[in-house]
Amino acid sequence: MSAAARFVRYNAGLILAIALFAVIYGTYAVLHPNWGLNVVLQNANESLALIFVGMAQTMAVLVGGLDLSVGPLMTLTNCFGSIVMAGSGGSVLAGVVGALALGAAAGFMNGCVIVYGRIQPIIATLATGAIYLGCALILRPTPGGAVNGDIAWAFTNDLNELGLTFGWWEDLGPIGLLPMQALFLAAVIGLVWFPFRATVLGRGCYAVGSNEQAAYMSGLNVNRSKIAAFTLGGFFAGCAGVYLTLQMGSGNADAPQAAEYTLRSIAAVVIGGTSLFGGTGGVVGTIFGALVLRSITFIFRVIPAGAALSFVADPLLQPLFEGLILLLAVSLGAARVLRVKNRLSLFT
Amino acid sequence: MTSSATAARKPRFTVDLPIVIGVVFIALILAVGTLYTLKTQGTATFLSPNYLVLQLHSGAFLGITAAGMMMVILLGHIDLSVPWTMTSGAMIATAIGGTTGDLAGLGLGLAVGLVNGFGVAFLRVPSMIFTLGMNTVLLGLMVMLTGGHAPQSAATDMMTFLGAERTLGVPHSVVLWVLVSAALVFVLTRTALGRYMYAIGNQEAAAYLSGVKTRLVIMAAFLMCSLCAVIAGMSLAGYSARAFQAMGDQYLLPSIAAVVLGGTTILGGQGRYSGTVIGVILIVLLQSVLNVMQMEEAYRQIIYGVVIIAMLLIYGRQRTAHR
Repeated sequence: MSAAARFVRYNAGLILAIALFAVIYGTYAVLHPNWGLNVVLQNANESLALIFVGMAQTMAVLVGGLDLSVGPLMTLTNCFGSIVMAGSGGSVLAGVVGALALGAAAGFMNGCVIVYGRIQPIIATLATGAIYLGCALILRPTPGGAVNGDIAWAFTNDLNELGLTFGWWEDLGPIGLLPMQALFLAAVIGLVWFPFRATVLGRGCYAVGSNEQAAYMSGLNVNRSKIAAFTLGGFFAGCAGVYLTLQMGSGNADAPQAAEYTLRSIAAVVIGGTSLFGGTGGVVGTIFGALVLRSITFIFRVIPAGAALSFVADPLLQPLFEGLILLLAVSLGAARVLRVKNRLSLFT
Repeated sequence: MTSSATAARKPRFTVDLPIVIGVVFIALILAVGTLYTLKTQGTATFLSPNYLVLQLHSGAFLGITAAGMMMVILLGHIDLSVPWTMTSGAMIATAIGGTTGDLAGLGLGLAVGLVNGFGVAFLRVPSMIFTLGMNTVLLGLMVMLTGGHAPQSAATDMMTFLGAERTLGVPHSVVLWVLVSAALVFVLTRTALGRYMYAIGNQEAAAYLSGVKTRLVIMAAFLMCSLCAVIAGMSLAGYSARAFQAMGDQYLLPSIAAVVLGGTTILGGQGRYSGTVIGVILIVLLQSVLNVMQMEEAYRQIIYGVVIIAMLLIYGRQRTAHR
């Protein structure tokens, strides 16, 4: 098998997610009356928190579990951030670092409860999720908080705005048009995810996800890999919370919103090509999975009124179509069922 | 999943441990609640029969939901479409009204169960994600039908009869819960279907090789779950005299928690129905004690989470796969 063919085979899920995103977002761009960099920025703004939450979920799924606390944890870091980040330069930095550390610490706690308490991840995180949501409510009984407007603006736009707001630079040309969201994402992927994946711990996460017993027999430290996966997941959820704080400029301990993010994160992971049985996939696929989910929402906004399909643009129908597309996307995996020669292999 | 044979050979008391501890926790919760009311009001509200019957009355809806949820969890699956199955069953029934409405609600439950079962058993999409999609589709259908508002129509006579009324002080919802429980216990312990469900939960491949039509069993379990959900949803609508958006949302996580607290493993194959009943009573009492103590929502959530973890730490610790 050539190298290219092997790459395609091992990354089929990722490639499918990218293709799906390209088609859906491409349609959106074509249909949008004045699609441009501003629209891209706005879309990125609406997507980044979900992307981070999806990445958090990916870590739990990779080791063969499921994390129901990602949404509540994002809410907790959001509320924490909205309190600490109110102020100027130094306190904002402290807030960001503190919120990320809080996320990682909560993820670490998840990992410890799961590994040393020997409780199934889905149930353990159901309980810790309730605890995180409670903490978020203590921090912010009512929505509010005032994050420094300049900073919030500068870090949720493109590079040029960042320079202009603080007077650091005037115009960087084409580079200056890069959205900050892309930079954040690239930083987290490049500085956290890729290095982590290359370590023994990161490799161990994949091994534990595909076969825990074999991983143990091979001398891997199973417990440490699991805890590391959940800690990193908590860190990603913290990233989501911080970004949400910057985007909203406030904190809100909103339980339905937390639940919605948790559920959508699972969908993003699956569309992104990570198997719910663990051991394959990765956070890069999830990014595109989350983007696919968001693009579906975007596309409903731009369907022209006179078109033959204009009835689908009815806002009352949107939840239905979102659900149908989600069902369809996950049922695509059913193609596997038609291919198997031995039905017994379905059960393993 | 790996230890079906050893589990069957284990002495009885280990299987009963969750139930014993559940009862102890229930007594503990009642004691704390009673102490609190004795101190603040001078009455033992929590021990009065009236209060307990009231708790059972409203707890029966969670009980029926959890009973259905247990059927799929026993197989190692999960049904996340329960909230909107409840809601849409109730909404359809109230919107149509009369006996036709009742039948339509049940029919909707049947349809949802069939689709879920088909997706999980035949398409082999992980139940977690398929039922999640189904939940969104049902939500979308209801938004389309009602225009995003609560429907104005009232509960049908049947729903009021089941959900709100009492005979000789016994709430009908409790009777309904008992009937549903009896039916499910019969299925689980006295029929081949019940045996197959435990077998599939332990090792689906082994069940398949033994000649069990595993896909039909999975469909049957999802059918039971969805039917329980619509029954709970419709009687809940009778209890509150109408159906409203998202009325089922607060039943999903508690029903899963009740099943797991009752000693059913989330991986399937092990668990007793009596445990689920204890789990439901525990959760209902915990919620109402926290209510009476006027605990803030924040602390309520935290206590809720801590109790689940504490109980599972005592008996839910699974053997690790590699030891």
